Amino acid sequence: MTDAILEMRGITKDFPGVKVLKGVNLSVARGEIHAICGENGAGKSTLMKVLSGVYPHGSYGGDILFDGQEVSFSSIRDSEQQGIVIIHQELALVPFLSVAENIFLGNERVRGGLIDWNQANHEAAEYMARVGLSENPTTPVGQLGVGKQQLIEIAKAMTKDVKLLILDEPTAALNDTDSEHLLGLLRELRDQGITCIIISHKLGEIEAVADSTTIIRDGESIETIDMHGADASQDRIIRGMVGRSLDHRFPDRTPQIGEEIFRVENWTVRHPTQADRLVVDDATISVRAGEIVGIAGLMGAGRTEFMMSVFGQSYGRDISGRVLLHGKEIRTRTVKDAIANGIAYVSEDRKHYGLNLISDIRTNITAAALDKLSDWASFVNGNEEIKVSEEYRRAMNIKTPTVMQTVGNLSGGNQQKVVLSKWLFSDPEVLILDEPTRGIDVGAKYEIYEIINQLAAQGKAIIVVSSELPELLGMSDRIYTLAYGRITGQLPVEEATQENLMSLMTIEKNQKEAAA
Amino acid sequence: MSNVLAETKDLFTRNLRTSGIYIAFVAIVLLFTVLTGGLLLNPENITNLVLQNAHILIMALGMIMIIVAGHIDLSVGSVLAFASAVSAVLVIREGMPWWVGLLGAVIVGVLVGAWHGFWVAYVGIPAFIVTLAGMLLFRGLTLVVLQNVSLSPFPSEYKTIATDFSRGLFGEIVVGQSTGLKAVPVTVDVFTLVIGVLAVGAFILSQVRSRRARVGYNQKVESNVLFILKLVVVAVVVMAFAWALAYNRGFPYVLIVLGVLVLVYQLVTNRTVFGRHVYAVGGNLAAAQLSGVNVARVNFWLFVHMGLLTGIAAAVFSGRSNGAQPNMGNSFELDVIAACFIGGASTTGGIGRVTGALVGGLVMAVMSNGMSLMGVPQSLQPIVKGLVLLIAVAFDIYNKRRAGAAR
Repeated sequence: MTDAILEMRGITKDFPGVKVLKGVNLSVARGEIHAICGENGAGKSTLMKVLSGVYPHGSYGGDILFDGQEVSFSSIRDSEQQGIVIIHQELALVPFLSVAENIFLGNERVRGGLIDWNQANHEAAEYMARVGLSENPTTPVGQLGVGKQQLIEIAKAMTKDVKLLILDEPTAALNDTDSEHLLGLLRELRDQGITCIIISHKLGEIEAVADSTTIIRDGESIETIDMHGADASQDRIIRGMVGRSLDHRFPDRTPQIGEEIFRVENWTVRHPTQADRLVVDDATISVRAGEIVGIAGLMGAGRTEFMMSVFGQSYGRDISGRVLLHGKEIRTRTVKDAIANGIAYVSEDRKHYGLNLISDIRTNITAAALDKLSDWASFVNGNEEIKVSEEYRRAMNIKTPTVMQTVGNLSGGNQQKVVLSKWLFSDPEVLILDEPTRGIDVGAKYEIYEIINQLAAQGKAIIVVSSELPELLGMSDRIYTLAYGRITGQLPVEEATQENLMSLMTIEKNQKEAAA
Repeated sequence: MSNVLAETKDLFTRNLRTSGIYIAFVAIVLLFTVLTGGLLLNPENITNLVLQNAHILIMALGMIMIIVAGHIDLSVGSVLAFASAVSAVLVIREGMPWWVGLLGAVIVGVLVGAWHGFWVAYVGIPAFIVTLAGMLLFRGLTLVVLQNVSLSPFPSEYKTIATDFSRGLFGEIVVGQSTGLKAVPVTVDVFTLVIGVLAVGAFILSQVRSRRARVGYNQKVESNVLFILKLVVVAVVVMAFAWALAYNRGFPYVLIVLGVLVLVYQLVTNRTVFGRHVYAVGGNLAAAQLSGVNVARVNFWLFVHMGLLTGIAAAVFSGRSNGAQPNMGNSFELDVIAACFIGGASTTGGIGRVTGALVGGLVMAVMSNGMSLMGVPQSLQPIVKGLVLLIAVAFDIYNKRRAGAAR
């Protein structure tokens, strides 16, 4: 038996209505780099939140042994005291504070009740040297690039006497040189005796740096692969990630596909604050009447950004390209324009972008098309409104006795049905559904698939963005793949498999250029 | 009968959050009625109470919408002073007719509202900053316009709206003889009774119509017994109040202004697209934007409404104080904001009702009035008001946490 620094046994975690972790086992040997792989939504981040105490002991099932001791963290503070530090994908640095201030944030170098700046800057410089940074410790963090900021996060972790360093998608926002550097640093840290867990979608990177890899799928740990073994390969990891038995059932549907009605051409979008970053790069897609088109892409590929920028330029800047409906270019400068032209967008995050949680079902359903219920003086016909929303409540099978119920009290599946009702009431021709079944239990998922199929049967053009490949394969007629803001491929569903989609989704920029 | 009881109980418990303030209001009124030996409910006192607080209640109608949308307006005290000052300069210094002054005050209010709305909606500066600047700016302009002196008095027509009563407008009727050495006929004001009857009639009509519409849409309505009981209770209370007023000085005109404004803004917030958008913006800004709500336009018009109401409040308040003073309206904004929060508005936006703000304002009015009647020292009054505000918001947060836990 190898010396394990961390043992997680039978970890389970429920959210209301969904079981996110269904018994995960993870064993990490001391002094190794251990990769965790899995599709979006497989439960990787939840697992790390359980480990670091974000979800306190008692809110999950199973045991955690760290350094041979059973531990029960009730906050991040507890886990950090034991030497477990997690670095999130979204960096937690304060851009206006200096490097030294950030490194010692919450852990200030104090003498006699006051911060000793000389000591702090001096020590910060030492830690920075260990991660290969030579900047002045008084430089504001905001002036450094993302790659260097990532290194500062690691330096910050080291001040906390880290034994186990967890990195969530550390290279997602980095370019190749910075990624190389970071991976080199991880190897150095390993040699200094710091154990690393790395969560990544970049399989090439995992192959290069990891000593072993645990695959998580649908909230269960599938297997742990010894990366120095003979049969370790990217293909094997992909197989493990996607190879679930297709027990999700999809309602039967005979597609009746008509003319092309919706087209987005040469769509290019820049990042709202980083002007030199193309989030969507010359993308072109089209959808025909009655067709369900899937968009597959890994986290950070620009799926949501693409869709939101099409929907009334809700994301990004310097947007260029054309949107055509029935062959005619339409105006989508504002959300109102987009809605008026028959486009609807169901956001991936219903709580933040889809619903007014403190209000009732009725007002949420009518929010996007209140004009349909109001007279010339803009008085809303309250009775008609209740009637209409009651109709949707029944048609959608929203499980609550009345439309006066506060939306925040509903389950995820029912909330999603409210969002769908809202957009159906706006009577769209083109329906963009971003992660329509995220965080919803299996039964409600099936109902949502049925609703989507009905809409397609009515001749609407439907775009589904999903990070769950089986879902896309189960519902779509055609699938586009998106990687780094570019459309990297398009496959009819008959030809698509999880494996060939995954390889299209992981095409990196230079690879595509080389291939072209 | 037990059915009716259960329904009544349901009516109160269904939404403790909003009905809580009404229950608290009734309790406070009863408390002070007992403590003052019935003086509080003396008709004379009630009219005074309304006259003294009308400007705060009028501004609370706008402030509640601002707060529901997630903003705040700190400038209303200064703006009220500025609008009053302009009006006083026009009428008193320049000798223009009284109605020019009233109109001027309202127009100044609207323009200031548009100014604030521009910065909040189209430049994107938080309302807290914009109206903090406005608070300083318009206080300064008040001093400039008044040239640092008070202007007084207004012609009597100007003061009619703020201070006059309807007694004798439609004549009086004799209802008895006073007892005493010399028997004098006791009369009541006809106009007040007419207003009372009209109000009851309008209320019953609107209730019956809305009930019929609801039945037409197959919605649940309360049982006939409860419905009639509700109408009778309201009719009796309104007529008793009207009788009490008629018995005294008659109907204060300012109450008509206030009543009309309450009705209008009740409709605006509950029945119009604009009102819906205000709640949508306050409840979830991003969701509102992604539903096609033009958030900038909503914000702009919100502040215009606030300005309009501040202008009307200025017309009322300057009439009542019979002139304009450099320091008038100081800290009114705090009373107005407090009224909204006591009335159940949420500090994070999205929740709040016009009726709540009105009752919140009345709670404070009844408390100061009651304490004054009891001879409580002036210095203690803000202490009590402050504590009530704290408790009201604590209740709001407690409720929210409970709702969150239930989720």
